[in-house]
Amino acid sequence: MRNLMKSNKLSNALIPVISVLLGLIAGAVIMVISGYNPASAYWSIFQMVFMDPYYAGETFVTMIPLILSGLSVAFAFRTGLFNIGVEGQLLVGWLASVAAALAVPDLPKILAIPFCILVAAVAGGLWGFIPGLLKARFHVHEVITTIMMNYIALHMTNAIIRNFLFAKGEHTPVIPDNASLSSQFLTDLTTGSRLHWGIIVSLIGAFVMWFLLWRTTKGFELRAVGYNPDASRYAGMNVNRNIIISLVIAGAFAGAAGSTLGLGTYHFMTINGDFTGIGFDGIAVALLGLNTSFGVVLAAYLFAALETGGISMQSLGIPNDLVQVIIALIIFFVASSYIIKWAMARLKKGGEVS
Amino acid sequence: MSLMQILEIIIPSAVLSATPLIFTALGGVFSERSGVVNIGLEGLMIIGAFVGAVFTIWFEHLGLGAASPWLSLVVAAICGGLFSLLHALACVTFRADQTVSGVAINFLALGLTVFLVKKLFQGSGQTPFIDYRIDKANVPLLHDIPIIGPLFFSHIAYTSYVAIIFSFLVWYVIYKTPFGLRLRSVGEHPMAADTLGINVSRMRYIGVVLSGAFGGIGGAVYVVTIATNFGPTTISGQGFLALAAMIFGKWNPIGALGAALFFGFAQSLSITGESIPLLKEVPSVYLLIAPYVLTILALAGFVGRAEAPKAIGIPYIKGRR
Amino acid sequence: MRHIRKEFPGIVANDDITLQVEKGEIHALLGENGAGKSTLMNVLFGLYQPDGGEIWVKGQKVKITGPNVAGDLGIGMVHQHFMLVDKFTVTENIILGNEPRSGVKIDLKNARKRVKELSEKYGLNVDPDQKIRDISVGMQQRVEILKTLYRGADILIFDEPTAVLTPHEIQELINIMKRLVNEGKSIILITHKLKEIMACANRCTVIRRGKAIATVNVSETNPQKLASMMVGRDVVFTRNEEPYNPGKDVLVIKDLVVEDARKVKVIDHLNLTVKGGEILGIAGVDGNGQTELIEAITGLRKVSGGTIHLNGKDITNDRTRRITEKGVSHIPEDRHKHGLVLDFSIGDNMVLETYYQKPFARGGLMRFDEIKKHAQRLIKEFDVRTPSVDTPARALSGGNQQKAIIAREVDRDPDLLIASQPTRGLDVGAIEFIHKRLIEQRKKGKAVLLVSLELDEIMNISDRIAVIYDGKIIDILNPRETNEEEIGLLMAGHKLTGGTHHAESHEKQ
Repeated sequence: MRNLMKSNKLSNALIPVISVLLGLIAGAVIMVISGYNPASAYWSIFQMVFMDPYYAGETFVTMIPLILSGLSVAFAFRTGLFNIGVEGQLLVGWLASVAAALAVPDLPKILAIPFCILVAAVAGGLWGFIPGLLKARFHVHEVITTIMMNYIALHMTNAIIRNFLFAKGEHTPVIPDNASLSSQFLTDLTTGSRLHWGIIVSLIGAFVMWFLLWRTTKGFELRAVGYNPDASRYAGMNVNRNIIISLVIAGAFAGAAGSTLGLGTYHFMTINGDFTGIGFDGIAVALLGLNTSFGVVLAAYLFAALETGGISMQSLGIPNDLVQVIIALIIFFVASSYIIKWAMARLKKGGEVS
Repeated sequence: MSLMQILEIIIPSAVLSATPLIFTALGGVFSERSGVVNIGLEGLMIIGAFVGAVFTIWFEHLGLGAASPWLSLVVAAICGGLFSLLHALACVTFRADQTVSGVAINFLALGLTVFLVKKLFQGSGQTPFIDYRIDKANVPLLHDIPIIGPLFFSHIAYTSYVAIIFSFLVWYVIYKTPFGLRLRSVGEHPMAADTLGINVSRMRYIGVVLSGAFGGIGGAVYVVTIATNFGPTTISGQGFLALAAMIFGKWNPIGALGAALFFGFAQSLSITGESIPLLKEVPSVYLLIAPYVLTILALAGFVGRAEAPKAIGIPYIKGRR
Repeated sequence: MRHIRKEFPGIVANDDITLQVEKGEIHALLGENGAGKSTLMNVLFGLYQPDGGEIWVKGQKVKITGPNVAGDLGIGMVHQHFMLVDKFTVTENIILGNEPRSGVKIDLKNARKRVKELSEKYGLNVDPDQKIRDISVGMQQRVEILKTLYRGADILIFDEPTAVLTPHEIQELINIMKRLVNEGKSIILITHKLKEIMACANRCTVIRRGKAIATVNVSETNPQKLASMMVGRDVVFTRNEEPYNPGKDVLVIKDLVVEDARKVKVIDHLNLTVKGGEILGIAGVDGNGQTELIEAITGLRKVSGGTIHLNGKDITNDRTRRITEKGVSHIPEDRHKHGLVLDFSIGDNMVLETYYQKPFARGGLMRFDEIKKHAQRLIKEFDVRTPSVDTPARALSGGNQQKAIIAREVDRDPDLLIASQPTRGLDVGAIEFIHKRLIEQRKKGKAVLLVSLELDEIMNISDRIAVIYDGKIIDILNPRETNEEEIGLLMAGHKLTGGTHHAESHEKQ
């Protein structure tokens, strides 16, 4: 019995590792077919990300919002829900953080930054509340509603910027310094990258997610409802309320991701022609990270490294979109592997209940 | 500006925007009616758009002239169908979570197509523009009919008429033929269908492949009538909009047609709104978000109950009694 | 069907069963839930393949590999859980899979004609154009019958057809069956209801625990004999030997009415009282309201009329958590769906209802050390075999899972313990253990409400037996003064003709 248990945990952790390997191998195959050298491609990525301080820094810059996005999706998954709405929640969070920053230019930094992040989280939470309510009350599947909310967010944020927060270029005014997450120290450390203290924010976020889910009574409830809403109902939990809370919290994480963009990476918000892609990548990150805090951080790093490092492949003549393909394949492998695991679990259950 | 003049501007624009949605939504109907959720419509449109651009260019090089875009539509259908086999395999045979698979399809389609574009066109992020597009045209004879002519038979590409005809054809197939009855039964009550000897898996595969074919056509139509080239941002949300149209149309082909036209109408208003007196006042943002808000309302039951096929999203496992 | 054998993992559902049906007869297949009747018929219908034995149809040996083959041989099944598509019309459901065509489309006109013809020929009276979701259950069943006739079935299998019908509809169905055999069809009737067998069957084969016990002519038998064959006399386990000393009323249910989604009364003015220090067993065939009764008491289902009082306090339509806090524990009938979160550890499952209370949580934060301690104690006390407290509940055997649930529920020392089919699917050892625990609760002066489909269990450990039928308690018996046959008759809706084996006298004290 003990052996069975151990091998289970091990096989669980192996799935993302195998998927990554398969994805990289598949990518290598495509490269070879197209006439490129996979070894040199992968090596150049490695070199860029680990040995060049500027790109190392930029990798972290990409990773920061990705962590929070992954946390948002992972948190929702853990509670039985699929949050595809990170793109929209992120946008409203981004805008909210910038607007908040512009509103409090005289607040000391130590208050301004948490304030702006909080506002962003609230905005994101609100954006998650609506699909949550629709699911709890009207049983509308959150996948469709969150996708719709994404587009509404895109158009609404653009309209708000255009009409209320317009500055030169296609974006809002730049936020005042007291709300900025950037630091000269970090920039110098990485020879001029945009690395900012958002890294701390996202790591705090990872801790918060873990703490919330695994240490609080609310987290216990949310996980129970996510695994088995029927048994939870029988045990006396309020399933509908928990669905709403779950999507609100997930939205808050996404909103916080937006704040790292507004306060750290860019210091303003642009009028976006399209989604940032961070939300969709977050889904991959969450899946790959097995919906755990630690896993999400690692997976976010992997994705950020692949994306940033992908640029280096261009000097070898390899389109860096191959990285997109590799990422897509990894997701596909992870998605498919869930079935095997699921099928295994079902087979076991079938034996129990005769 | 007279009403006629207003309509003459709006209708062609609306129909133009709606046509790719119509095709894709019809595809969605096939898949979801058989019980398989297809979030991957966006990815299937991307594949179709890619094929539409690339093959039109290739056919042009082969000297096929104005037939090129039409032929590329056929190829797009085939490629879309093949690509969707991945989704079918994952969802029907491997019983994967259908939503996750759909998301993966979207990622894969985007990455693969952009990569191939760079490969085929010397590192350029976009394909070149096609020479022969399917243009707006005036239907001979019909467009001279007073009133109706200028409104419905002028400045509308032939692909749009094809889309509308297809909608009725699909409606006929789904509601009047044995195949359609069986397809619907598989999506509503697969066990009942199974006890009557219908092969549930096969039906679902067919449903998904058809959605791939139609989605492919939808994407290709978008390229050859509107975008005229393909790049990473060519298809950006139309697939999801088509999904919304299908839901709004209550999984009925004619309903999807109506919903898609409505969405096209909403989209065109935001484009042509400048030239129309009343609408100049309405901020474009409302028109842009209208389709999405309406879908949410429809789902919540405000705009009539949107009832999905009963057994949708649930992998069918034989012999569970 | 000769010497049919069918096995599933862990159980032999059909053990060397031979069944012979003649043309023009109604042959009943009688047995309790789980006896193996449905399995046998699924073999005949081609949904299962037998592991042994052979099937002969109309003098020919055949291999039935699927429902289509069965259909070609003239075998049709009217399912217990209707295989009908709600959104489709009657005609569409009937022709599905065998659609008449005219060119490329369905020849709906011809289809409707044929449906009407068949309907009139056999007196089935259906409207071909109505949608399934708009017609009555009785008519839905007639559509199921028509499905088989449309495909030319000569041998019709009816699987528990009266389970969902009103008495009036049952009579209509019996008339239809008689008419069908008059037209030369043969009917196999799977049922546990003696009244119907007596009313319309020619012969009856009794199945018990996977074996065919006997085949009798209905004219030469009576309900009592059939009941005893169905229920059998088996090894008697733990008996409740302690003196019966009931305390005051713990649970009082008055005039309870519960409706289902179709506004049908699943609980129909039910009255029941459970006292402290007693085990009240509810006997009845599945589907007569037991499940809904338990759900109503525990706050999981809305009550439309009547009241439920616990220790004098009104708990009707109260929230589940509050009812639990007021002193009710519930061992649910489906341990996987409702009892446990299988992906949680056993330790976490132990506090599924109490995780928010001290000492398991303080200030909103979980105290896992306390939870672990608690779980370890329970595991030891209740002999739950598990490698550790952190093992996921999924990994435990069914018996141990159930023991864990019982540990959790009993340890809270509830004033009312509800046990729904607590020993379903368990081995002898686990069953004995669970019975011991229930009796312990009784000894402590607590009230125990036991719902079970196993008559032995009810007989052995209950102080009083309430028989539920059609949403009502039709009688309350004293187990020492009654026997399986009597209870079997009551369970089947057959009222006792006399006798004073009632436990009502206790009530009047």
